[in-house]
Amino acid sequence: MPKELLEGNAAIAEAAIRAGVEAYFGYPITPQTEVLEHFSERLPELGRVFLQAESEVAAINMVYGAACAGARVMTSSSSPGISLMQEGLSYIACSDVPVVVANIMRGGPGLGNVAPSQGDYFQAVKTTGHGDFHMIVLAPATVQEAIDLVMLAFDLAEKYRTIAMVVADGSLGQMMEPAELPPMRPLRPPKDRPAWALTGAKDRPPSIITSLFLDPEVLEDVNLRLQAKLKDIAAHEVRWKEHSTEDADLLLVAFGTVGRICQTVVRDARAKGIKVGLLRPVSLWPFPSARLNELARQVRGMLAVEMNAGQMVEDVRLAVEGRCPVRFYGRLGGIVPLADEILPELEKLDAELAGGKEGCHGNS
Amino acid sequence: MATVEIPADMELVYKRPESLTTAHTHYCPGCTHGVIHRLIAEVLDELGVRERTIGIAPVGCSVLAYYYFNVDMAEAAHGRAPAMATGIKRVSPDKVVFTYQGDGDLAAIGTAEIIQAANRGEMFTTIFVNNAIYGMTGGQMAPTTLPGQVTTSSPTGRDVETAGWPMRMAELIGILPGAAYVSRQAVLDIPGIRRTRKALKLAFQAQLAGLGFAMVEIISTCSTNWHMGPVEALEWAKEHMVAYYPLGDTKVSDGVRAMMEGK
Amino acid sequence: MAKGMVIVDEDRCKGCGLCMTVCPAHILQLADGRFNAKGYWPIQVTDPPACTGCASCATICPDVVFTVYRQKRQPKPAAAPA
Repeated sequence: MPKELLEGNAAIAEAAIRAGVEAYFGYPITPQTEVLEHFSERLPELGRVFLQAESEVAAINMVYGAACAGARVMTSSSSPGISLMQEGLSYIACSDVPVVVANIMRGGPGLGNVAPSQGDYFQAVKTTGHGDFHMIVLAPATVQEAIDLVMLAFDLAEKYRTIAMVVADGSLGQMMEPAELPPMRPLRPPKDRPAWALTGAKDRPPSIITSLFLDPEVLEDVNLRLQAKLKDIAAHEVRWKEHSTEDADLLLVAFGTVGRICQTVVRDARAKGIKVGLLRPVSLWPFPSARLNELARQVRGMLAVEMNAGQMVEDVRLAVEGRCPVRFYGRLGGIVPLADEILPELEKLDAELAGGKEGCHGNS
Repeated sequence: MATVEIPADMELVYKRPESLTTAHTHYCPGCTHGVIHRLIAEVLDELGVRERTIGIAPVGCSVLAYYYFNVDMAEAAHGRAPAMATGIKRVSPDKVVFTYQGDGDLAAIGTAEIIQAANRGEMFTTIFVNNAIYGMTGGQMAPTTLPGQVTTSSPTGRDVETAGWPMRMAELIGILPGAAYVSRQAVLDIPGIRRTRKALKLAFQAQLAGLGFAMVEIISTCSTNWHMGPVEALEWAKEHMVAYYPLGDTKVSDGVRAMMEGK
Repeated sequence: MAKGMVIVDEDRCKGCGLCMTVCPAHILQLADGRFNAKGYWPIQVTDPPACTGCASCATICPDVVFTVYRQKRQPKPAAAPA
C-alpha cells in the first residue's frame, strides 16, 4: 500500500477499520474527536455499526454489550473521558471479552486542557478501574506505529480475550505524517462469532457473562484465572525499541512522543561524546522490566523523561532494583519537553555520575 | 415429587415456561419479581423467540436474574443496561434483546441511558420494576418512593421539598418519539397480571416488528422493605401506588396501534 | 368429578399466601406446622375435587409452584342429520 499523509486520529480509526472492527461507540472530546468523526463517516458506508453515545459512560457500556455479543468493537477517548470509562473497563476486565480502547491523552488532572500529556500512565498501566487487573497498554510514537499497534491491539485483545489500550498523547493524535495503511481485512460474519459469545441459546445451554461472584472463594478462583492470563500476556507480549544501547553507559527511557524526541537527544548527546542510548517501551504493560534490569548492569545511570510528574519512572526504578541511579525529567500542563531542554539534564546526570559505574550493588 | 396420575379427561393448562429455568429464586416470599419473570418467560415462549433472546440483568434484587431466565444473559453495571442492550442489539439485530431494571437502576443512576436509548428508538424492550424502594441494599428511598413514605434513608418520610417528587418514568419516556410503546401496569391482582402479560407481549412484538423502543413499567411490591406481609403489600400498593402512578398506555405509536388493530 | 387439578411442587413454595387470596374455590391453605426443605409452610390443596382448574393460583404464584390441569372441553355434539 502506498504511503499517504495521514492525521494520527484518522489513522487510528482507519487502522481499526482495516483490522475488521465491526462497531464503534464513542463520544466527542478534544484532542481525539477526529477518531469518532472518521468512524462516523466510514462505518456507515461500510455497513458497519457507528453510534455517538450520550456519554463516555454509555459508550463503554455499549462497547461491553457488543463485545459480549462477540463483535469486534472499539472506543476512544481522552483522559477525562477515560476516567468515566473506568467502571465499564473494570466490568469488561472481569468478563473475558475482547475490547480495544484508544486514549489520546491531554493535560490534567481535572478538566485540564487539550494540550498533549502522558499523565494517564498510572491509570492505564496500574489500574483497570477497581480491582486487580492489567490491560495490555501499547504506546506508539509515530502515526505509522499507531496504525501498526491498533492492528496489533485487535489481535491481542482477541487472542487473550482482554482489553488492549493504545495510549498516545494529543500531539500524535493531531499530527500529520506519511504512513502506510494495511489492506482491508475481511469482516468476520455474525455466524462466525466466538463460541463464548451471547448469540442466543439455540441448541446449547444459555451462556451468562457476568462479573458478579458473590461467593468469595469463587471470586478468588476467578481472579486467579485472570492473574494467570496476565502472567501469560506478560511472558509473551513485552515490546520495546532500543537505540544506540550496545555501547551505552547512560540510558534514556521514554515512551510515545517523548521517546521520539529522545532519539534526537541521543543523536545530539553522542555528537558531544556522551555515550547514551534510548530504551523506548512500546508495551507499557507488560513493561520491559527484564531488559531494563539487564541494561542496569551496563549503564551508570538512567534518565526517564515524561510529560507528567513522574509515572513511568517508578516502573523503571522497580525494574532496575537499585542497580543504578534513575533520575527523572518531565513537563506538566500539556507542555512537550524538547530535545534542547532534555540534553542539559542528561549532561547533568553524566557529570554527576562521572567516575564510572556506581550504584548500590556496583557490579559491572 | 411423587408421580401423580392425571385423569384421562384432563389436559395441561399451565406449567413452567420453557424460558424460565428450574432454579428456585432467591426472592423474598411473595416478591412480584417472580411473577414478572414468569410473565416475560411466558411471552418469550409464546412468541417462540427463546433461542434468540439475550437479556440483561441489572443491579438490584434481580441481579441474579440470569439464573432464572433460560436465555443468554449479561450482567450490566448499575443503570447501564440500556447502553449494553444498545451495543448488543446494534451488532446482533436479529436477536431479541431485553433489559430488566428496578427503580434505582432505571430512574436514578441510569436515567441518561434509558432516556437516550428510548430517544434513539433502540430496538429492545425494557421491563421496569417499580416498587418505590431500593430492595437489594436494604430499603432506601428510590426516585419512585412516594411523598411521606418512610425508608431507611428517609426515616421521617420522603420530603418533596428536599428530595423532589417521585418520578413517573412511563410518562417521561412516553414523550420521546423513539419510544413506540410504553405502558404502566401492575401485578397486584389477577386482572392486572393478565393485562401486564398483554402489555409485555405487545412490547416484545414492537421489537420484533422493528417499530422502536418499548417499555413496560410494572407496579410491584417489596414486602420485606415495606415491612408488610406479601398479601398486605399487594393491598398497600393498590391503595397508594396506583393513585400516583396511573395504569395504562402512555405511548402507542401509529405503528404499534396498527399492529394492535391488525391482530 | 373435579373440573381441574393442580400439582403442587412443595419445595418451591415460600408460603407467601398470595395464591390463597385468589383461589375462587378457597381450597388452598398453608400446611400448618409442616415444613418444606426451605423451612416454609408449603401450600396444599384442602379439597381437590373442588378444584376448577382456573389457574388463578398459577397466575399469581411468584415461584412456579403450580402445574394446572383442567377437563378437556367436550366437542359440541354433531348437528342432527337432516
